[in-house]
Amino acid sequence: MKIAVTSRGTQLSSEVDPRFGRAAYILIVDMQNMAIEVLDNKENVNAFKGAGIQAATMIADRGAEVLLTGYCGPNAFRTLEAAGIKVGSDTTGTVAEAIEAFINGEIKYTETANAEGHW
Amino acid sequence: MIISIASGKGGTGKTTVATNLAVSLGDSCMLLDCDVEEPNAHLFLQPQIEKSETVATFIPIVDEGLCTFCRKCADICRFRAIAVLGKKVLVFPELCHSCGGCLVVCPDKAITAGGRELGVVEWGQGAGVALIQGRLRVGEAMSPPLIKKVRAYADTRRTVIIDAPPGTSCPVIAAMRGVNFVLLVTEPTPFGLHDLQLAVEAVRLLDIPCGLVINRCDMGDDQVRDYARQERLPILLEIPFDRKIAEAYSRGRMIVEEMPEWQEKFRELFGQIKLEILADIWRRERQ
Repeated sequence: MKIAVTSRGTQLSSEVDPRFGRAAYILIVDMQNMAIEVLDNKENVNAFKGAGIQAATMIADRGAEVLLTGYCGPNAFRTLEAAGIKVGSDTTGTVAEAIEAFINGEIKYTETANAEGHW
Repeated sequence: MIISIASGKGGTGKTTVATNLAVSLGDSCMLLDCDVEEPNAHLFLQPQIEKSETVATFIPIVDEGLCTFCRKCADICRFRAIAVLGKKVLVFPELCHSCGGCLVVCPDKAITAGGRELGVVEWGQGAGVALIQGRLRVGEAMSPPLIKKVRAYADTRRTVIIDAPPGTSCPVIAAMRGVNFVLLVTEPTPFGLHDLQLAVEAVRLLDIPCGLVINRCDMGDDQVRDYARQERLPILLEIPFDRKIAEAYSRGRMIVEEMPEWQEKFRELFGQIKLEILADIWRRERQ
């Protein structure tokens, strides 16, 4: 199983990026072998519109089943839901701490978006 | 002839100028309220709405039965209004700008044209003026297609006056592009000047002759007049900061109703506009 964590940097010690669509990086962690793939989200950071939709498509393509992030808007949430990705929002601390919380079963999955859409 | 009344800054008196000018010119003219997010010319003209039409814009409808999930539609959409996730296609109608690109690139004919309601166009007659107004649907973010629709119904054999929205973004451009003259309403304050400069830049990009109306002309400072002189922008009318005008406005009454002598001033303004258009044609011929 793979989980996606939004991150300000490329390492496990990096802070979780509270933004989803416009996060600096997204780390895809394969929980089977703890292999980490770093997705540079540069293109979405500067996207004109639909950064959340694009980021959601990207992590779905990588086979992620869970997303850990800070805030998730309505369009991103709809896309993640369609892809069957569970969302743990309001995640803080480092990426390592987020993964630890996931392993310990401490993640509460949200049923709705927790941020407003942007215009 | 089409004259657009614009401003940059909101609340400078676009609707005041548009309605008073239209009423002064009488039944030879038509007023288009293109401030579709909050049309308010009707508050002063108090027309009977005689006809109404719902306006919709293209959005894609995807038949997942025909779709092969090739993602060509998602790739061409710069607004990310379509997402393909495995064997699912999501459409985000509110992000769609109706370019129709997805419809063209789909190799499976899985996309057909659907519609998203933008709002309504309404026709009415009030205070001797024919009014067409757009009203954007609450929740809709895209006004330019509705503004274009309102303009498409204008009878250009008559004098058409457009009450434009404030600002300098897409909706304003939609209300100014291709008109014969832009009348910029401003006020002699630092805010008025700042937004006037932006509006003048936009009008010049569109290459349309323009002139100014200074509203509340006896307050503030001289910066707007200095700027007008520097930029050779003609000041075609000044309206004083008069309690009588403010009181009339607050009751939904026009200046020309309260002070009929102003009709002549607005007719003169129209004459000035025609002279400015003439001078502009003359300038272009000599270039």
